[in-house]
Amino acid sequence: MKTLKWISVGACALAPAVAMGTTLETVQSRDSVRCGVNAAQPGFSSLDDNDTYRGLDTDVCRAIAAAALGDASKVDFVPLDSVERFTALQSGEVDVLSRTTTWTSSRDTTQGMHFTGVSYYDGQTFMVASDLGVQSAEELDGAAVCTQSGTTSELNLSDYFRIHDMSYDAVVFDSPEQSIAGFEAGRCDVLSSDASQLYAQRMQLADPNMAVVLPEIISKEPLGPAVRQGDDQWFNIVKWSLFAMLNAEELDVSSSNIDEHADSDNPDIARLLGQDGNFGEGMGLNADWAYQIIKQVGNYAEMFDRNVGADSNFKIARGLNALWRDGGIQYAPPIR
Amino acid sequence: MSVRPNTRPAGHKPPFWRDRAKRALVFQLLLTAAVAVFLFYIIGNVQDNLSARGITTGFGFLNNTAGFGIVQSLIDYSSQDTYGRTFVVGLMNTLLVGGLGVIAATLVGFIVGIARLSPNWLLARLATAYIETFRNIPLLLQIFFWYFAVLRTLPSARDSMAFGEVIFLNVRGLYLPEPLFESGFGLIPAAFIVAIIASIALMVWNKRRHEATGKRIPAGWISLALILGLPLLVTVATGVPITWDIPELRGFNFRGGFTVIPEFLALWLALSIYTAAFIAEIVRSGIQAISHGQTEAAQALSLPRNLVLRLVVIPQALRVIIPPLTSQYLNLIKNSSLATAIGYPDLVSVFAGTTLNQTGQAIEVIAMTMAVYLTISLLVSMFMNWFNARVALVER
Repeated sequence: MKTLKWISVGACALAPAVAMGTTLETVQSRDSVRCGVNAAQPGFSSLDDNDTYRGLDTDVCRAIAAAALGDASKVDFVPLDSVERFTALQSGEVDVLSRTTTWTSSRDTTQGMHFTGVSYYDGQTFMVASDLGVQSAEELDGAAVCTQSGTTSELNLSDYFRIHDMSYDAVVFDSPEQSIAGFEAGRCDVLSSDASQLYAQRMQLADPNMAVVLPEIISKEPLGPAVRQGDDQWFNIVKWSLFAMLNAEELDVSSSNIDEHADSDNPDIARLLGQDGNFGEGMGLNADWAYQIIKQVGNYAEMFDRNVGADSNFKIARGLNALWRDGGIQYAPPIR
Repeated sequence: MSVRPNTRPAGHKPPFWRDRAKRALVFQLLLTAAVAVFLFYIIGNVQDNLSARGITTGFGFLNNTAGFGIVQSLIDYSSQDTYGRTFVVGLMNTLLVGGLGVIAATLVGFIVGIARLSPNWLLARLATAYIETFRNIPLLLQIFFWYFAVLRTLPSARDSMAFGEVIFLNVRGLYLPEPLFESGFGLIPAAFIVAIIASIALMVWNKRRHEATGKRIPAGWISLALILGLPLLVTVATGVPITWDIPELRGFNFRGGFTVIPEFLALWLALSIYTAAFIAEIVRSGIQAISHGQTEAAQALSLPRNLVLRLVVIPQALRVIIPPLTSQYLNLIKNSSLATAIGYPDLVSVFAGTTLNQTGQAIEVIAMTMAVYLTISLLVSMFMNWFNARVALVER
């Protein structure tokens, strides 16, 4: 997979300095959205029994395809590991990166990319073997910690242990599969990653009860989709695709009841569904862009529950990811 | 024999395009200029494109704080050090596994290669089996084999295998006692150096005496005794100024002592064993390239078998062995970049992996990494070429 780096280096070297077509034009002429996702992170992006990618991150991709092309199935998923993901986006290998990627200032300002919003508010924590009897992360002095290369987890880990004046050995792997294998084999005492990922990885263990996830959350990990800089139209499309799903949840519009709102009296719903005004025009999209997202993919609550929430194996509570009116911090600007 | 008459009038030079040497020079200049223009264009273009895409360029990132931990470092390293230092840490880890790999592969390769030619049926067949097995399985699989199949089956830290209560082996690695030096220790390396100098002097004297008188003493054994014995004598005389830091199970892991991580062991074993299979074949072909008549002639002089090998066969075989051996050394060093697959913190894993990803400066990082491998390979080549020139048969 390291070839990707070389491809991008080559692409940067050879691409002429003239502006290429907009991302939307490229996507429309190709008739698909290329979306960088995790290869195997259940709940966010993993293959189901029919070899189809399922998960919250992949549904974000589908929403973008529904808005841009009117068909949520027109997505080419490109599985990426944590080391190659930014290069893939920078080089144009993918149109959007939706791969449990934490929004940080340096990624936004020095890596040629823009995060468009937060699809999942996460935080880093630790998973330890149950038989160690560890109750708190502050008891982890001297532990060997498995983590993934090139992630914010790798950096937070070092900060946390330094602040608490503890030592640790970082055992760094390329992929989540390798790090869970290392944890299971006893190479490390602790597996550290975002909480959502740890819950999913715990389910992958031969015996999930052999490990516990510690209560401490040691970092802010706002995960969201990211696009290349320099194409504001595409930036807006990706940004508002997610906002449309949040607005739909707020207005109680879902994939099952959307057609009952065909002639809604509620002006917010009418604007969302393109019955009053055309709010897709400014992004080069049809008036029904948000309708297509909600009809084909659903609103944010449907997406969350189906993949990681109540209707999934993970049963993760909405927590921070609840709407602002329900005590969470998910909040979308209005469509008008 | 006819001599072409010089029809040109004297004092009149031909135009430069008729002169072959000048024409060649012009073409070479043109080609150099074209390459320079191309490079200039590429570099400028990369910079334009990167800045147009909002990607930071330049090497300033090397002075920024890295902020991540590295499990094995030969120099002092903490997460508060710079990205520049992660480069050095990764480089040294690469050199460590490459250097130790070259040594082990050479030893094993020579032994197996000679064993394959042994008149002992079992020994020769075992060597053949070794070579055919290990050189026909992809290296990456062998690395995974040693890492996952062998080392991972070791016991956990709490059920470590203990050797004499000072050495421990478990899934986290091999824990060895680490010597801590007290005052007065300086005499021991001094004694070691004195012993080496004395040994060299003894060898030279012995050789001269042998050439002059035909008599000699077993200088090799005396030197060995000197090199081992003198430092030992000084150690005892100074009251053993060494204490051992013995690893001890505290909390999760063994603390203290010296740890060899399993990633290193797996990579080192895989690289050495794989490359040794190729070296064995090179050694065998080198020895077989020496005509049997040479051996017979040496035996006819009633030289003992070890001297036949040492004085007649091996010096000639080395001429055949060294050039392909150089390639194997280069392969081994470059193959060490497969470390990233099992998380050994080599240059590719640390610098072209984590550092690249945290800074996003792919072109700078990849260029530096390529330059390092190129430099290492060229230095190894230079050394081996020098060595080859030394052992090459001097024709008179």
